Amino acid sequence: MELTDFSIKEIHKGLKEKSFSALELCRAYLNKIRREDKELSCYLTVTEELALLQAKKIDDLISQGKEISLLSGIPCALKDNILLEDVKCTAGSKILENYIAPYDATVVKKLKKEGVVFLGKTNPDEFAMGSSTENSAFFTTKNPHDKKRVPGGSSGGSAAAVAANLCSFALGSDTGGSIRQPASFCGIAGLKPTYGAVSRYGLIALASSLDQIGPLAKTVEDAKIVFDAIKGKDSLDSTSLTLNVKPYTLNFKSLKIGVPKEYFVKGMDKEVEEIIKKAMKKFEELGVKIKEISLPHSQYALPCYYIIVPSEASANLARYDGIKYGYSEIKNPSAQIQNLLDVYLKSREKGFGDEVRRRIILGTYALSSGYYDAYYLRAQKVKTLIKEDFEKAFEKVDLIFAPTSPTPAFLLGEKTMDPLSMYLSDIFTVPVNLAGLPAISIPCGQVQNFLPSHPKYGGGGLPVGLQIIGKPFGEEEIFQTALFFEKNVQ
Amino acid sequence: MISKEEVKHTAKLARLSLSEKEIKKMQKELSFILDYIEKLKEIDVSDVKPTSHSIEMENVWRKDELNLELKTKNKKLLDLSPETKDGYLKVKSILE
Repeated sequence: MELTDFSIKEIHKGLKEKSFSALELCRAYLNKIRREDKELSCYLTVTEELALLQAKKIDDLISQGKEISLLSGIPCALKDNILLEDVKCTAGSKILENYIAPYDATVVKKLKKEGVVFLGKTNPDEFAMGSSTENSAFFTTKNPHDKKRVPGGSSGGSAAAVAANLCSFALGSDTGGSIRQPASFCGIAGLKPTYGAVSRYGLIALASSLDQIGPLAKTVEDAKIVFDAIKGKDSLDSTSLTLNVKPYTLNFKSLKIGVPKEYFVKGMDKEVEEIIKKAMKKFEELGVKIKEISLPHSQYALPCYYIIVPSEASANLARYDGIKYGYSEIKNPSAQIQNLLDVYLKSREKGFGDEVRRRIILGTYALSSGYYDAYYLRAQKVKTLIKEDFEKAFEKVDLIFAPTSPTPAFLLGEKTMDPLSMYLSDIFTVPVNLAGLPAISIPCGQVQNFLPSHPKYGGGGLPVGLQIIGKPFGEEEIFQTALFFEKNVQ
Repeated sequence: MISKEEVKHTAKLARLSLSEKEIKKMQKELSFILDYIEKLKEIDVSDVKPTSHSIEMENVWRKDELNLELKTKNKKLLDLSPETKDGYLKVKSILE
């Protein structure tokens, strides 16, 4: 076993018992990144100096005999749309290629306080718009289980880094599945918290009414430790909330789990369906009640999402204007800038990639005069219906089980020519964001890979994720059920 | 199908310049996505209230106090701009 294989609790124990130092651990990760990330391309920036400095501080505390917290010395990675002060933050876009974060995101501040070590920033789709990292302006991350396949997205760099042991855990952001879908494709745990459970201050915005930051981790226990460290109300994000959850233990004999019949229709990979059904059957054998439920408006979630997200994104991305920060043509003599409008047009033309332009235009169109009622307002009303579907379901059941994505990791380039087919990868995750609910994706099996396996990462199969959806602020129930699954079913 | 003029007009509103080739591509792709979105018209939403944020909240207030920590960041923020003058962002004049 290598140092980089350890879980958070194992590292904590090792540090306290002085089996290894924080610096040794940090170096082990940095060396592994140096060796293996050339092929995987998880990291956009590696913050080696900062990481070594932070690790040394933890070792000093330990040698002074001071108490350290559970997360002290744990090496983590951040999706490159989360600000880490004085470090480049690109959001996967040319327009922010040279942008240095002027402050820490609240989640970063919280992790720094715990003594977490920051290894670097991971590759996302540009402004988190995508499901494969293929929309990153810099490069595409590869899936550690098969390098000819995508890691999922948009938090693909984070998911691949966790899966390949290039960090102990990572943070990502999830607007329509961007934590859960890559977690599913890479065979790790990924939580999208309840909307408002984690502060969004310092997260580069995509769609503000849906975005949430959450952990990607090797185990459910690790994900829970990280979530507990980053959650809570923050005066700098007025949509953040305090979670008042008293500790309790779930009784699995009385637990009722719903399975939406609308999620098992056409378009689903047969093998994925079998694996999900097998996992549910095992739960039943352990005495958990599983019953079919209906979420009748499911088919409208994706079209609804593709009005709301581009609309909000077009407004959020108006700030990249070549004036305040980010890429600017203002001083480029060959750009022949005549007036203010030229600065906007030319800076944005050079700075934004295809998918970003597509969504800005779509969103601007949907919000433009005469179309607002037909598109954005209608979508917000459909959002109400989707939310009510879940509320009604939760009158009958405690949790909902669903596949995370209809297929395992797809091939690089397979969906880049057809934006709509890429969007369909998020069909089971998007409704959860629209309803503001918490959900985790945990590995529940592997489908056979028809391509030759890679000896280094073993198995040769492609992971499949089970999605566990809870009521608002039901993270505790989700974690306990996921832990139960890890222990008894896997 | 969304017209070429509509794409051009929308791009202007969004402050994005598009090449002729891109306008054509965008016309095709947007029409595809808009057709897909049309699906929402199947539902009768006349009696449904819109939801903006899915987790309901009351208004959130804070005291109007000077935050010195944020104030010290001013220079750092201004340094990110390509052109500044006397502590302000500089832009091209918009009035003749």
